[in-house]
Amino acid sequence: MNTLSRKIVMAATGLFLCFFLLIHCLGNMQLFMEPEHARLSFNAYSHFLTGNPLVKMVSYVLYASIIGHAIYALIITSKNKASGGTYKKDNRGRASKWYSRNMGVLGTVVLIFIVLHFQNFWYVYKFGQIGLDANGNKDLYAVVVAAFQELWLVVVYVIAMIALCYHLVHGITSGVRTLGLFHPKFVRWVNIVGVAYSVIICAGFAAMPIFIYITNLNN
Amino acid sequence: MKLHLKIWRQKNRKAQGQLVNYTLENVNPHMSFLEMLDTLNEQLIVNKEEPVEFDHDCREGICGQCGVVINGNAHGPLENTTTCQLHMREFKDGETVLIEPFRAKGFPVKKDLKVDRSAFDRIISAGGYVSVNTGQAPEANTIPVSHETAEAAFDSAACIGCGACVATCKNGSAALFTSAKITQLAILPQSQEERKERALKMIAQMDAEDFGHCSNTEACEVECPQGISVLNIARMNYEYNRASFLKFKK
Ligand code: HEM
Ligand code: SF4
Ligand code: FES
Repeated sequence: MNTLSRKIVMAATGLFLCFFLLIHCLGNMQLFMEPEHARLSFNAYSHFLTGNPLVKMVSYVLYASIIGHAIYALIITSKNKASGGTYKKDNRGRASKWYSRNMGVLGTVVLIFIVLHFQNFWYVYKFGQIGLDANGNKDLYAVVVAAFQELWLVVVYVIAMIALCYHLVHGITSGVRTLGLFHPKFVRWVNIVGVAYSVIICAGFAAMPIFIYITNLNN
Repeated sequence: MKLHLKIWRQKNRKAQGQLVNYTLENVNPHMSFLEMLDTLNEQLIVNKEEPVEFDHDCREGICGQCGVVINGNAHGPLENTTTCQLHMREFKDGETVLIEPFRAKGFPVKKDLKVDRSAFDRIISAGGYVSVNTGQAPEANTIPVSHETAEAAFDSAACIGCGACVATCKNGSAALFTSAKITQLAILPQSQEERKERALKMIAQMDAEDFGHCSNTEACEVECPQGISVLNIARMNYEYNRASFLKFKK
């Protein structure tokens, strides 16, 4: 593989993850409903996702994308470190955005978050001790509410979403051009849509733990 | 004006270099940066020291030979300006100015401020040309080229091959240079014949020279003396995908 095809893997996996995040964020909007309603609806949705074979296939693509994206991030970043020069006095930062130069660092924060997030919910849902709701579905809603009683976890989630937001603000515009979109008019539109997407999705995700923490303060 | 200079001195490719301090009195603010270095070298020669070696040719911003990193920026504090077009009035009296060679794995230092940019020549040799039997000059209007296409090709062709994009890129990527050279030909009708082959060969050579990946930080466009657009890089990605899908045959 060469420097261009490696970036294509990066862009394709990254943009697939962006597509997944949109669905994931929309689905989780159910958490904002009135609690007893939210419990049944969110649990039924989670049950549907584990049962559906199409969703199962997409989830394998998702795992592969996360792993592939992280492996290529490592390959690309280490080669770039070796190819780039260092200076005794370095003022090159004036010409570019800090987050565009630190995609590897931001991505690592996101990767640590993904591991934590899987452990918090995915692992508990699949293998953990979990109660049933009134409809007999696994009560993931209770697990979510219990997890976000911890202020530190809420803070960790919010920080991770800020890192993800910066990663995506650069990642989307970069990824689309890596795939070869070069027309100035469309590139400008992608920049606008990309920033809007990143901010809305990340703010939406960050709002979930904050909302649950605040609405359960009295319990 | 008076200047304190810290200049990278390195005997040859293998030698360990270091920054050496010099003080220069009576610098005329209207001097170009290279004339300031000439003045320093005259002083060094009088003192029987070895002059500082640096590359230059036209001294009017068109050849792309000059280029050093000044206070941490390729071609110095002004954006979109070559070193030879930078004047001492951009600096303050008594200022300390740090001068280093362009640095990247693809650009080994030859001596002092001179670097080996022959990797660029090899990228061009790999496919940055149009193979036609010239014969007699053909009638210019037999191949129609619209004004917009001609202008777009000129915008890409404005690259002077100085290498500031590589020196500025944290990844030492030559994407801006290579993409400008690929794009300038990809959009003209005369060069369609070798379009796919050219893109693949020039990109392969770029990689063989150990330049890094493009992260689209866009720093290169800001520091490029010609303001070559980063959309050339997106265009190169398009040309690469197109050529890979349509598989060129030998
Ligand atoms: C939900 C998670 C993630 C999403 C949606 C995402 C999305 C993206 C996108 C769209 C790109 C642009 C590709 C390009 O520049 O061509 C990108 C680049 C990048 N991502 Fe991610 N990413 C995610 C997680 C990660 C993780 C976990 C890591 C690291 C372990 C990571 C590291 C990187 C790096 C280093 C780049 C830049 C490549 C370069 O600058 O050359 N990302 N990401
Ligand atoms: S693209 Fe700009 S900075 Fe790079 S070699 Fe050409 S003129 Fe110099
Ligand atoms: S010496 Fe020719 S561009 Fe500077």
